[in-house]
Amino acid sequence: MKDNIVECRNLKKYFPLRKGVFSRVYAHVKAVDGVDLSVRKGETLGLVGESGCGKSTLGRVILCLDEATQGEISFQGQLVTGKNRHRLKQLRREMQIVFQDPYSSLNPRQTIGTTIGEPFLIHGCGTRGEMTERVQQLLKLVGIPSNCIDRYPHEFSGGQRQRIGIARALILNPKFIICDEAVSALDVSVQAQVINLLEDLQKEYDLTYLFISHDLSVVEHISDRVAVMYLGRIVELADSRGLYANPRHPYTEALMAACPVPDPHLKREKIILQGDVPSPVSPPPGCHFQTRCPRVMDICRNETPGLKEVSGGHLVRCFLYA
Amino acid sequence: MNVALTDSQTSLAPRRSFAGMAWRRFLRHKLAVIGAVTISLIVLMALFAPLIAPYDPNHVDIMLAREGPSPDHLFGLDVVGRDILSRMIYGTRVSLSVGLVAVSIYVVIGLILGAMAGYFGGWVDMIISRLVDAVLSFPVLMLILVIVGALGPSIFNIMLVLGLLGWPEVARIVRGQTLAVREELYVTASEAAGAGAKRIIIKDILPNIMSPIIVNATFGVARAILMEAGLSFLGMGVQPPTASWGNMLTDAQSLSTLESMPWMWVPPGMMIFIATVAINFVGDGLRDALDPKMN
Amino acid sequence: MTRENEKNDPLLVIRGLTTVFKTDLGFVRAVDGLDLKAYRGETLGVVGESGCGKSTVGMSIMGLIPNPPGKIAGGEIVFEGTDLTRLSNKEMRRVRGNKISMIFQEPMTSLNPVLKVGDLMSEVISLHQNISRGEAREKSVEALRMVGIPSPAIRVNDYPHEMSGGMRQRVMIALAISCNPSLLIADEPTTALDVTIQAQILRLLNQIKEMTGTAIILVTHDLGVIAENTQQVAVMYAGKMVEYAETGSLFDEPLHPYTNGLLLAVPRLGSKEREKRRLNVIPGAVPNLLNLPVGCRFAERCEDVMEKCRAAEPDLVDLGGNHLVRCWKYGR
Repeated sequence: MKDNIVECRNLKKYFPLRKGVFSRVYAHVKAVDGVDLSVRKGETLGLVGESGCGKSTLGRVILCLDEATQGEISFQGQLVTGKNRHRLKQLRREMQIVFQDPYSSLNPRQTIGTTIGEPFLIHGCGTRGEMTERVQQLLKLVGIPSNCIDRYPHEFSGGQRQRIGIARALILNPKFIICDEAVSALDVSVQAQVINLLEDLQKEYDLTYLFISHDLSVVEHISDRVAVMYLGRIVELADSRGLYANPRHPYTEALMAACPVPDPHLKREKIILQGDVPSPVSPPPGCHFQTRCPRVMDICRNETPGLKEVSGGHLVRCFLYA
Repeated sequence: MNVALTDSQTSLAPRRSFAGMAWRRFLRHKLAVIGAVTISLIVLMALFAPLIAPYDPNHVDIMLAREGPSPDHLFGLDVVGRDILSRMIYGTRVSLSVGLVAVSIYVVIGLILGAMAGYFGGWVDMIISRLVDAVLSFPVLMLILVIVGALGPSIFNIMLVLGLLGWPEVARIVRGQTLAVREELYVTASEAAGAGAKRIIIKDILPNIMSPIIVNATFGVARAILMEAGLSFLGMGVQPPTASWGNMLTDAQSLSTLESMPWMWVPPGMMIFIATVAINFVGDGLRDALDPKMN
Repeated sequence: MTRENEKNDPLLVIRGLTTVFKTDLGFVRAVDGLDLKAYRGETLGVVGESGCGKSTVGMSIMGLIPNPPGKIAGGEIVFEGTDLTRLSNKEMRRVRGNKISMIFQEPMTSLNPVLKVGDLMSEVISLHQNISRGEAREKSVEALRMVGIPSPAIRVNDYPHEMSGGMRQRVMIALAISCNPSLLIADEPTTALDVTIQAQILRLLNQIKEMTGTAIILVTHDLGVIAENTQQVAVMYAGKMVEYAETGSLFDEPLHPYTNGLLLAVPRLGSKEREKRRLNVIPGAVPNLLNLPVGCRFAERCEDVMEKCRAAEPDLVDLGGNHLVRCWKYGR
């Protein structure tokens, strides 16, 4: 437990839905519904799931961009939830985030030099001169010509903007970085460049990543361990090799079967789920996956399965394995 | 460390700043350009009035009162014998200063309150929005007349009154724009970097919402000029002997003046018309040039 | 282009298609001299990254290039014997939605939000077929059932925003096939959908193809989708087609360095079973279409580049087995 950089215990994030003149709450969007998760120092933990599963919300809550409804988060052993603003600002130096959309994650009216350097100035890490030096350093690190420091975001391509976003996340020397769909909006060849960059940076600076994505192939490639989320809960957690070789949860199996592989000769069992991805407003009681599960049983409708270990480090939330 | 260094200098396009693109777009509107040139001339007139005006605007030559245009007095003289052309030139100072000052006052108030309402939401938003509704529900003209009547007519009171009554419109626009921009990822990124509300509002939100504000302010200047002219005409604004286009028209109220002495009301009337129309053209041009589609 | 074991004549033949757009800074050839063929009952994949012109191909076939600023500047698109580029707008409207249909990436913005789904479908159906309102309504419900929407008689009265992304895409497909087109163009139809929904939609498209013998042109950037759903593939780069082959051949033996680079840059599911590899990176970036280099457009990024690559652009070469490539490595 000592070498867990981030730990979440029974984390919940509910968004109230209001209606009427007095904004009466009539339901909740249960974006994150009881998540226990630990990220080990130096690893890349992949977090994968489809829309509505809560993975992005989980990322934001861990970073304290949204307040958790319930549960605890600790960073390097210290409790983070319920912290005062000063401590929170301190925390920002250690935990950072790279966003998905390279087109709206950079302020269009600020030069990239100012955008990258802003965290440096906010935390009073040095003079403007020192900031500029550091920004130049980072630009070189991520492969952007450093004479572009006074240019605006719209003058760069998507891949370059994403790299600028990475430079911004690095300027405070954080230990933990959340990559929230950081490569999802990029072309294949650009995606490869950014993935390699992230891997290199991790080695060089001993970073820990929480890599959130809906793309299974990318997550498998970059992660050491992978957690699969469905409707606010983690349904399976295993090391990368183990998960892909031997998926246990029916949802994970379906997810893998659906993920297209660039090999026309590969014959795989096609598991096509019926119905739509459900909404996290008022999920069904018991196991959240029961409405689409091809192997649903009676018990699934009445009771919620817990996350149980089935073999070394491989956890599943499913009554088939309870 | 072997970083996948991938970009050569050539893949970066030539510099295209926002201002440059907006300027190019503005220049495509012929009317807007004409308006801009006209306004520039009016501004120059205001700045260099002492050098341009042939006479002191307050100098009275009672012998020549009500005389029509002549080589000495191109636009003739008014009821007390002051040169109309000179008064017209000096009148630009009054109109422009009222326009600019009043608009500046209410834009600043509107920006602050609107941004706070949009960014903080909750009860801050509620209070400010109710304030906006309250001020907007007053009949503006009556309020101005009452206040100016109570405080006494002067150029400063007009600026104050117009400034204090014009902010709700701007605040509404700012609030709406702030609500939209607040959801952008780069605002979240600043929060994640540890930025406080003040920094986010000033650096992230305001620069990205300025376009509609600039357009609104431009039209506001035209409205303020008209307002001042109207108030001065009614005797509630700038008092003679100070020359204002509005109070120059006061003298021309009688029917006989209107019919037989057009030189007394045509020049100031034309100036009001030209200034207002020119500013409106510029506003139209700015609105297209600053279209958010380009952001 | 010849095919071995010619089963049928091509339904669509594109020769030398060039589509240009006028921008503030000059003319851009979004598609430059494209040759393609599509066959009945088969899916042709068009793959490439952003800016390669793949979406413009679909829009050109449909005659939907906005004019201004764009237009088809050259070439021909021969569909069932007629050159579509020579048709008037009125004649083209009889083809669109009727003989050739298109489905788009964003189902939310492609469906009119103020119209009920059933009304929208009835309108399209009655536009091309001379039948009564009641009959059009029945056909709408039938079409919804065919695309697998549960309780179609009820759903036909829904508004688009009341449906999920997957269902809206099914509605788009239903609209597209309502008049039994012989060619269906699908432009990134599943890019905005979750992966399990994507699997459903792709299976639906394949089922339709099998049932009705429609030809499909599937435009996407996803090589996995191409591998699993197409019979032939065309790879595009900077407006030009750089390789064309039967899908199996392309993946087994990618000839063009760009194709090869792309295939090595994609992380593959299940690859961790072998050793962990570093993704191959194609250095550089796509050239600016306003400032194209002389010679081969891929030359500055190509690891096999030669002198002649920078001097002149290679032509498309037929290497037999229905495999064409545009590269000096194989040129005469």
